[in-house]
Amino acid sequence: MADRSALFLGVTILLLLVGTALLAPGIAPHSPTEQNLERDLLSSSREHLLGTDKLGRDVLSRILYGTRISILVGITTVTFSLLLGLVIGSVSGYFGGWVDQLLMRLVDILMAFPGILLAIAFTAVLGPGLDHVILALCLIGWTSYARLVRGEILALREKEFIHAAQALGGGPARVIVLHMLPNLLPPLLIQCTFGMAAAIIAEGSLSFLGLGVQPPTPSWGSMLNEGRQFLLVAPHLTTYPGLAIMITVLGLNLVGDSLRDLLDKKGK
Amino acid sequence: MVFFLIHLVPGDPVEVMLGETASNTDKEILRHELGLDQPLGTQYFRFLTGLIFGDLGRSLYEQESVASLILARFPATLELTLAAIILALTVAFPLGIVAAIKNRSWIDRFSLLFSLLGLSMPNFWLGPLLIIVFSIEWGWLPVSGRGTLAHLLLPSATLGMAMAAILTRMIRSALLEVLHEDYIQTDRAKGLSEKKVWLKHALRNSLLSVVTIVGLQFGALLAGSIITETIFTWPGLGRLTIQAIQTRDYPLVQGCILVIAISYLLVNLITDIVYRFLDPRISYGR
Repeated sequence: MADRSALFLGVTILLLLVGTALLAPGIAPHSPTEQNLERDLLSSSREHLLGTDKLGRDVLSRILYGTRISILVGITTVTFSLLLGLVIGSVSGYFGGWVDQLLMRLVDILMAFPGILLAIAFTAVLGPGLDHVILALCLIGWTSYARLVRGEILALREKEFIHAAQALGGGPARVIVLHMLPNLLPPLLIQCTFGMAAAIIAEGSLSFLGLGVQPPTPSWGSMLNEGRQFLLVAPHLTTYPGLAIMITVLGLNLVGDSLRDLLDKKGK
Repeated sequence: MVFFLIHLVPGDPVEVMLGETASNTDKEILRHELGLDQPLGTQYFRFLTGLIFGDLGRSLYEQESVASLILARFPATLELTLAAIILALTVAFPLGIVAAIKNRSWIDRFSLLFSLLGLSMPNFWLGPLLIIVFSIEWGWLPVSGRGTLAHLLLPSATLGMAMAAILTRMIRSALLEVLHEDYIQTDRAKGLSEKKVWLKHALRNSLLSVVTIVGLQFGALLAGSIITETIFTWPGLGRLTIQAIQTRDYPLVQGCILVIAISYLLVNLITDIVYRFLDPRISYGR
């Protein structure tokens, strides 16, 4: 019961966030980039519910638009990492032998580095920007999916229904897509929710370090970076964007945790 | 890997360093200075031979050897990372143990909430929040710098929070799992006190998963130190890395990333050795 209510809470948070991202232009009270230097660093008021930043921009509107960046980074990174990991993990697990050895050593090399360190290194070389952040996160993100898929396929390869499908003349692509993939979905779904949370935090970290999304585009990480200079006079610049990241990651973690617990119980 | 990252990733480092508007002559001079005009094989060989003798090249901005710059900053990062681990263990052990003993009580629920929040709270938010509360509002602890224990508290709490959250959850679930094992039932049947059963038998067997997490998380801590050191202007390797990236000092960026990655690999190796010590059933090689 606790799992289900946590799942419900997590899904509700995520639906609200996706809704906010889609409806941002309609619900944001001001433009996220409109400057008003006469009204800089204001605290909460009726006109600006969460105050204004150093350029007089409305913090609430920037946070609402920032949802788009986080959701975009999360979904894009997970989608591309998943596709790459699925292909590489399937080939590795299904064919085995030297192909498996080669691909898994590549995964080992990439996993030997802390993920965020590689992302920092990639964006340092590629230069800052949203596209480079997504590229960097995909380049490091696919490895965990590949390893998971490979492990599952290795186990499935020996099952009778797979031997039957092969005996009926099913080629590798057909057997993998039609017979193995449906069995991979539950663990992959869990991995995707945690992967999305990790991608959102990584994007925030990179933007906070000035290596991610560049001004004036509103991103929660870059808002926190700007807010750092005004901790003394305008702590609201730090509090609210961070809260937005935390709620998003919390929602994803709640969904991931409760799905895992529910599937574990089902497995038993 | 670090070498190929700098050399093979699409884009020209020289252009990134000098900007798109730089003249071709300037670009050629810098390319020659960095040795980037040599064939890739030659560059890799020079990089490897340099590495053997501890030569990581010269910093373009500081005009000093990369190795000496890193050596000067490394102790600060090590100090911060170790403090974060100690703090995480100090919080996680009592909380995890009590949560397992008092399963389904309010403290158990608190420990679950603590873990969930700790994992969802990014350190680039937690750090500034701690500064607002403990330095600005209450004036108890310094905002930045290094030197005393007071300087160490906020950065290590920021860095160690996620680890404390993971460890609390891990210790709690490992203890709850161990309690169903046969040998624990035997301990109780023998008439051992609950305290002895918990501390001497159950806890010792859950230590293996704690060591795994500490080992695996060490890399995350080293990488996380880049952000924490930036927030608290902590004079360590992480801040040096960011300064090097900001000044486009590629030899220094390469050196810093290499040292962080090697430290991470070394800790993983140590973790494997400690494993064997804690559980003699584990063997490598055969």
